[in-house]
Amino acid sequence: MKEQLEAIRAVAKDVLQSATSLQELDAARVKYLGKKGELTAILKQMGRLSAEERPVIGQLANEIRADLEARIDESMEQIKARMLEEKLKAETIDVTMPSDAKALGHKHPLSIVLDEVKDIFYGMGFSVASGPEVEWDYYNFEALNIPKNHPARDTQDTFYITENMLLRTQTSPCQIRVMEQQKPPIRVIAPGRVYRSDAVDATHSPIFHQIEGLVVDKGITMADLKGNLESFAKSLYGEETKIRLRPHHFPFTEPSCEIDVSCFACGGKGCPMCKGEGWIEILGGGMVHPKVLKNCGVDPDVYSGFAFGIGLERLVMFRFNIDDMRLLYENDVRFLKQF
Amino acid sequence: MNTSKKWLLDFVDLDCTDKAFADGMTLSGSKVEAFAVEGSELSNIVTGRIESLERHPDSDHMWICMVNVGANEDLQIVTGAQNLSVGDVVPVALDNSVVHGGKQIKKGKLRGVESCGMLCSLGELGLTTHDFPYAIEDGIFVLGEDCDRTLGLDIREAIGLNDTVTEFEITSNRPDCLSILGLAREAAATFGKDLKIREPKVHFSGKDVHDFLSVNILAPERCYRYCGAVVENVRVKPSPRWMRERLRACGVRPINNIVDITNYVMLEYGQPMHAFDLRYLKGGSVIVRLAKQGESITTLDGIERALSEEMLVIADEEKPVAVAGVMGGEYSGIMDDTNTIVFESACFNGPTTRLTAKALGMRTESSGRFEKELDPASCMPAILRALELVELLDAGDVINGIIDCDKSTHERRTLPFDPDWVNNFIGIDVSADEQKKILEAIDFEVKDGLIYIPTFRADIEHQADVSEEIARFYGYQNIPNRPLSGVANAKRTPAQKLETLISATLRACGLSEIATFSFISPKHYDKMRLLADSPKRNSVVISNPLGEDTSVMRTTVIPSMLDVLARNYNNRNEAAALFELSNEYIPNGADKLPDENEMVTLGLYGEDVDYFTLKGVAEAVFTACGVTGYDIEPLTDDPTFHPGRTAVVTIDGKQIAILGEVHPLVLKNYDIGVKAYVGQIDFNLLLEYGDTDRKYTALPRFPATSRDLAFVCGIDIPVLKIEKLITEAVGKILESIKLFDVYIGPPILPGLKSVAFSIKMRAADRTLTDEEADAAMKRAIKALDKIGISLRS
Repeated sequence: MKEQLEAIRAVAKDVLQSATSLQELDAARVKYLGKKGELTAILKQMGRLSAEERPVIGQLANEIRADLEARIDESMEQIKARMLEEKLKAETIDVTMPSDAKALGHKHPLSIVLDEVKDIFYGMGFSVASGPEVEWDYYNFEALNIPKNHPARDTQDTFYITENMLLRTQTSPCQIRVMEQQKPPIRVIAPGRVYRSDAVDATHSPIFHQIEGLVVDKGITMADLKGNLESFAKSLYGEETKIRLRPHHFPFTEPSCEIDVSCFACGGKGCPMCKGEGWIEILGGGMVHPKVLKNCGVDPDVYSGFAFGIGLERLVMFRFNIDDMRLLYENDVRFLKQF
Repeated sequence: MNTSKKWLLDFVDLDCTDKAFADGMTLSGSKVEAFAVEGSELSNIVTGRIESLERHPDSDHMWICMVNVGANEDLQIVTGAQNLSVGDVVPVALDNSVVHGGKQIKKGKLRGVESCGMLCSLGELGLTTHDFPYAIEDGIFVLGEDCDRTLGLDIREAIGLNDTVTEFEITSNRPDCLSILGLAREAAATFGKDLKIREPKVHFSGKDVHDFLSVNILAPERCYRYCGAVVENVRVKPSPRWMRERLRACGVRPINNIVDITNYVMLEYGQPMHAFDLRYLKGGSVIVRLAKQGESITTLDGIERALSEEMLVIADEEKPVAVAGVMGGEYSGIMDDTNTIVFESACFNGPTTRLTAKALGMRTESSGRFEKELDPASCMPAILRALELVELLDAGDVINGIIDCDKSTHERRTLPFDPDWVNNFIGIDVSADEQKKILEAIDFEVKDGLIYIPTFRADIEHQADVSEEIARFYGYQNIPNRPLSGVANAKRTPAQKLETLISATLRACGLSEIATFSFISPKHYDKMRLLADSPKRNSVVISNPLGEDTSVMRTTVIPSMLDVLARNYNNRNEAAALFELSNEYIPNGADKLPDENEMVTLGLYGEDVDYFTLKGVAEAVFTACGVTGYDIEPLTDDPTFHPGRTAVVTIDGKQIAILGEVHPLVLKNYDIGVKAYVGQIDFNLLLEYGDTDRKYTALPRFPATSRDLAFVCGIDIPVLKIEKLITEAVGKILESIKLFDVYIGPPILPGLKSVAFSIKMRAADRTLTDEEADAAMKRAIKALDKIGISLRS
């Protein structure tokens, strides 16, 4: 009997070793270890053994059963692992093939820079206001200390609707509207479209964008204007940026200035971007003219303020090195998707 | 304003470099646009004397010259010019020299004869006969007595072509700086120098001016002052080199001594001058008055111009002889036989001059100055200077006396001298003494606590103006930088937040943002097939547009979008998916500003795009904005859109969006060769009905029950209608309803379609029973049955 058992073990071992599928292993399990299997058949004959032999054979039979079961389990694991490996291999794809993700849309470059500017000013505690593009002469000119027949009107060729209604030539009327609606302290920017009758070319457009800024409070000085706009310039162009104020004239600010930033391409050494100057003009501003404050019902003996205006197109063109303003309004998708 | 450095040096001693001068002036408020040394492109050109002239042996027109350029040996130079004589001093371009236009001159041979350089014409020095009237255009420039004829001298020094020309941008509030004197004053204050002003000295000849001329101002509110003087025995000839040189540097072409004097004085004092021929002043009288109805004048440029009653003229007893401050009449100019002239130095009102010049369409150097309001006080020094120059140039005999019709006050405006106010306003700490010094340097007087403002500074009206004067000479760069302090409450408004959200949503949907002009051609309304009586044709009209293309403010953004789609199609871009957040402008009559309505405009074309792409984009916007409960209905009668592929979206009965395929005829009008889809969503309604305030609801704890229902209905019935009826019938246990099949064809009868929905139901507080679900389905079937829609069997 012992020989029979060992023979089964030997045969089964071979069978198991050569098995290549789960079905074969199942068949082997049935054949050797099943209720009607060979090992069971032999164990059924245990009654014929002597009392001394029985435990020995019994122990051997159990040992063989455990051995075969372990071998079957092990082979099963191996086959499963191999099968999984084959399956995964069969599922291989070319991961470099193009995806079918939907392309994202793009922000217009004007919006990219405007959003950046807005974020900087939000961070400095400014709100964002707006005003009508079709505006009264009063708001666009008269309240801003530019009476009828003032020569300054000539530099802003105006589109008129009626004698008193026009397309605003600047965002400065927003200053008046804000001050009429809100008591100081005031800290706002007002971005928007403005209109001047300039024919379209690489650097001119009859429609462009300005960002107006206005701060009114007790004790506001030109030092605040400088500090505030320097912070803005540093946020926009980096910590190394410097600003330079040049005296200028705007009818609605006094003193007035134009403000240059140190060239962000060369750092101020002079390069083609800044035409060798080292400085690039980006905005105009000044202390709000006392007449303007008075026009809006703000007492210039109590309050003072500063205002500034930024040309958005100019910022955008410098930022992305765009040399033709027309591209901004042509909206060719090959242009738009670069941003 | 171009200035000559030599001229400025008459009034202020400048010892800095041209660059330092430019920077200093810019930072004190007189912006330098550019500066350049005249003749700086010329090099290695010197004066030389012709010592001998011989015919070239192999040429019938060339000459071989021996030229003495102050060196040990004379140079042999071949020239083709015919105007030379021995002894002439001429410009000699030596070997390796550069003439005007950058042309290089080298030693060479001309028909076998060596030539060591070139003799130059005026043109080769960049000059014309206006600069040297005695020279000829097509020949060698033979230097006259007015040049330094030292041999071997750099030609630029010899003929005065070495001035520095500085171009200033002068702002409209500073007409006083449109003059050498004004800029010299600024320069003196900027660089801490003295301003050297000298009084003009005139000798006069003895006769009395009143025997020649009378002056009457009939419109004193428009003419503050009129000074007139008379010069007889006028000797018209070219002015001297120094005057021609300075005029040229300032960009004014020299003409003759009298004209040049008027221009010279205008540039030096900023005071426009005019010279009349006395012969053409009937009765020798100058009358400053308004033009009369029906009067006209032929101006110096030969054009007859009709005058109107608001225009100020200079007239004699009979007729206007000049448009005041703008331009003289045709006979008032200086002619070869002019014997006696009248100099005018007057001050006219700014707005009058501006309106007149504008109405006549002739802005002149003179009107451009008057319209900025000039100083009446400068009329007298200017006319004295002109007379002084007449005597200096021996241009005529100055008649004794000047007629001065003066309606101006000569009073200086005053402001309190308040250094603390200035310091507080600017944020600096400059002592009273220092401030006083700054003001005095620009001819303000500080006395007894008052600032006396010079009459030429009409722009100084307020302490703020004084502050600017202090600040710009103290130096803007010396003002401290103080970051803003204090708390400010900055919040994005709901509209601003929504704009950001919509833009982000649309970009996530693959649409790119565009920017278009707000004005369009009214022809677009035809191109988009607006009905003839459509209110959208009523636009805000620009009265002075650049052109028809940009003449009305758009009442809809759709044509702008169509234009951009067309441009992209025309540029052979295969697809475009675009949006714009921008305004339409709806007129409100002359007394009210137009409504500016913000619109979200969508535009698509491309291979994978159809109506449902567009609808999906719009729904994404609604979802993002939290707009629910809107209705979608077919729109069949908008001529811009395909009658069978267009929807109108409404909420509360208000149209929030229109979405559709563009009508083929509109596509044709825009030359778009593919199907295109355009939509427009009303931003204000998104803002009104949107709700971006998100709230949490607990996740469901009980299972959902699903049922599928298919119905047969007329082919024209919108599925949304059925969906809504089911939704209503199922009630609040409805969790979702989804259309999963639409089928047309046998066995469904023609004209009908089968629509199938998957309906999911759930109760928050219990597991729904089958009975409840079935009852809900029965309600739905019944509701649909009522309008003749039956369950598909």
